Amino acid sequence: MAHNRLKDSLVHGLFFLNGMLVVAALIGIFVLLVTKAAPAFKEVSLSQFLLSADWNPTATFVPVSYGIKSMLVSTILVSIGALAMALPIGIGAAAYLSDVAGPRTREIVKPVIEILAGIPSVVIGFLGIVLVGPAIAKIFNLPNGLNALNGSILLAVMALPTIISMSEDALNGVPKSFEEASLALGATKWQTLIRVKIPAALSGIIAASMLGMGRAIGETMTVLMATGCAIAMPKSFLQSVQTMTSTIAIELGEVPYDTTHYYALFGVGLVLFIITFVINMISDIALHRYQRVIK
Amino acid sequence: MKRSIVVFLAASLVSLGAGLSWSNDMVQVKGSDTLINMVQRLAEVYMEKHPGESVSVTGGGSGTGIAGLINRKCDIAMSSRPIKPSEVEQANNKGLDPKRVVLAIDALSIVVSSNNPVDKLTVEQIGKIYKGEIKNWKEVGGEDAAISLYGRQSNSGTYDFMKENVMFGEYSTSLKSMNGNAQIAESLKQDRSGIGYVGVGYAKEATGIKILKVAATGSTKYYGPFDPMDIKSGRYPITRPLNLYVNGTPKGTVKDFLVFQLSSEGQAIVEKEGFSPVPDEYQNYNAQTLGTTGNIRDSSMMRPTDLDTNDGAG
Repeated sequence: MAHNRLKDSLVHGLFFLNGMLVVAALIGIFVLLVTKAAPAFKEVSLSQFLLSADWNPTATFVPVSYGIKSMLVSTILVSIGALAMALPIGIGAAAYLSDVAGPRTREIVKPVIEILAGIPSVVIGFLGIVLVGPAIAKIFNLPNGLNALNGSILLAVMALPTIISMSEDALNGVPKSFEEASLALGATKWQTLIRVKIPAALSGIIAASMLGMGRAIGETMTVLMATGCAIAMPKSFLQSVQTMTSTIAIELGEVPYDTTHYYALFGVGLVLFIITFVINMISDIALHRYQRVIK
Repeated sequence: MKRSIVVFLAASLVSLGAGLSWSNDMVQVKGSDTLINMVQRLAEVYMEKHPGESVSVTGGGSGTGIAGLINRKCDIAMSSRPIKPSEVEQANNKGLDPKRVVLAIDALSIVVSSNNPVDKLTVEQIGKIYKGEIKNWKEVGGEDAAISLYGRQSNSGTYDFMKENVMFGEYSTSLKSMNGNAQIAESLKQDRSGIGYVGVGYAKEATGIKILKVAATGSTKYYGPFDPMDIKSGRYPITRPLNLYVNGTPKGTVKDFLVFQLSSEGQAIVEKEGFSPVPDEYQNYNAQTLGTTGNIRDSSMMRPTDLDTNDGAG
């Protein structure tokens, strides 16, 4: 018996350690970002960093500048665009899978959607260059299709699997009694879906879209390849933009260590971290709320 | 970036293979994507001739290479631009003494879509276009269309070279930063109003794009980078030395490999890869770096293997 108890506490300890390891990694990353970013603000004021749209750390003919506004706006533009496309399609597909499709269709469609999640981002970025870009150029009569819209379309494709499978789970999680009551009151299947099930699953769907958005904001390779990477402040979806992730990816490789430029790139990383952290928190709160409502 | 990953994998495989059978130190070469194919080829031929020695070549851009040298992550940095004073200072602070060897001369070609009627520009016009001061093709004798700018990302030596030797100013913020020569050429095929710059070796092989003739000033003749003589003589105005940087006077395999690259056999490979060989003005300079005297190219003439150079560099 004593032997068993020892084993229990050992296993307990091991699992506790594993859990703590993840938390420690998160805290470690945050501390690293803050300590590496902090020296940048000795030379660049926080307001200049956040509010100036001039980013030119390697300038030789004009003073160097470290303003992230245009890439912050670019990141938000591309991600919101992606969400605007992915959300209706994602919820529609989830509703189809949970309420309309027969079991056999579902068995085929679900794995296909999951495969979509496994396509490497570099492949999607390549499609942006050879397929989506030229198509955008043709439709909008532009000289080229390397712009924010291209990035949004690709990120929407990448966010879809997350949104669809989580939204479907949320819709399936709505108690059967809700649906039965609605149908018993004479509502059609369509009315039940739109007015009962989707509202009941709303917080789950919000959580899904927030996670999809988080994915879109953090995505690097695809936007690096497809959005054209021009540092100018974007005025429309049809302009080339450079997101925060692209900037880090392009510049971190060449930057001399322990310079203001190096620290400023960590500053960009910190801003990115805070944004995704907040988004994940919103999705977590939404999810908890949803679980409470269902209970 | 994609290509450098492939080259990196290939290089790691090669080095792994070499590492299994030989326990020598591997020479790490890192840097400019302009030089990578050429140095890769040089490394292959060198390793064939010196079994047991291994050279690994990876890309990432000139800045990445020099940063690698400073951070002691590579033995030789490939750079399509000269080292910056700030980088020398950093290296010195870490107790390093970067020295330069000129490996080849590269002409940068200015390219547009084949459908663009413009076929020549002056250096000043090119500079103004990239600075955003000339915005429409009609200002330089072309169609009435807004110019879209294609360039390299800021970790590229070519990016800096354009800025410091052609533009004498900062890039327009509407510059699209592309991942490499291939992406610039690919974009220009589709974009009739685009302009870009790529290495001559690359531009000559690409289809769908046109190489522009360039004049040094408004009153001189226009030359294209087609004839190697025009590049060597400097008549084509946009040329630059391609460099290798090492720490201090090289020794052992690093030195051996450098000497090989500068030998007639190595320089023949340089030409085959689409670049111009080291001109006389740099010969003594290189010899000094290597701690030898006289012409390296001539001294290696004694090697009998030089006779089959042309078979070796296919």
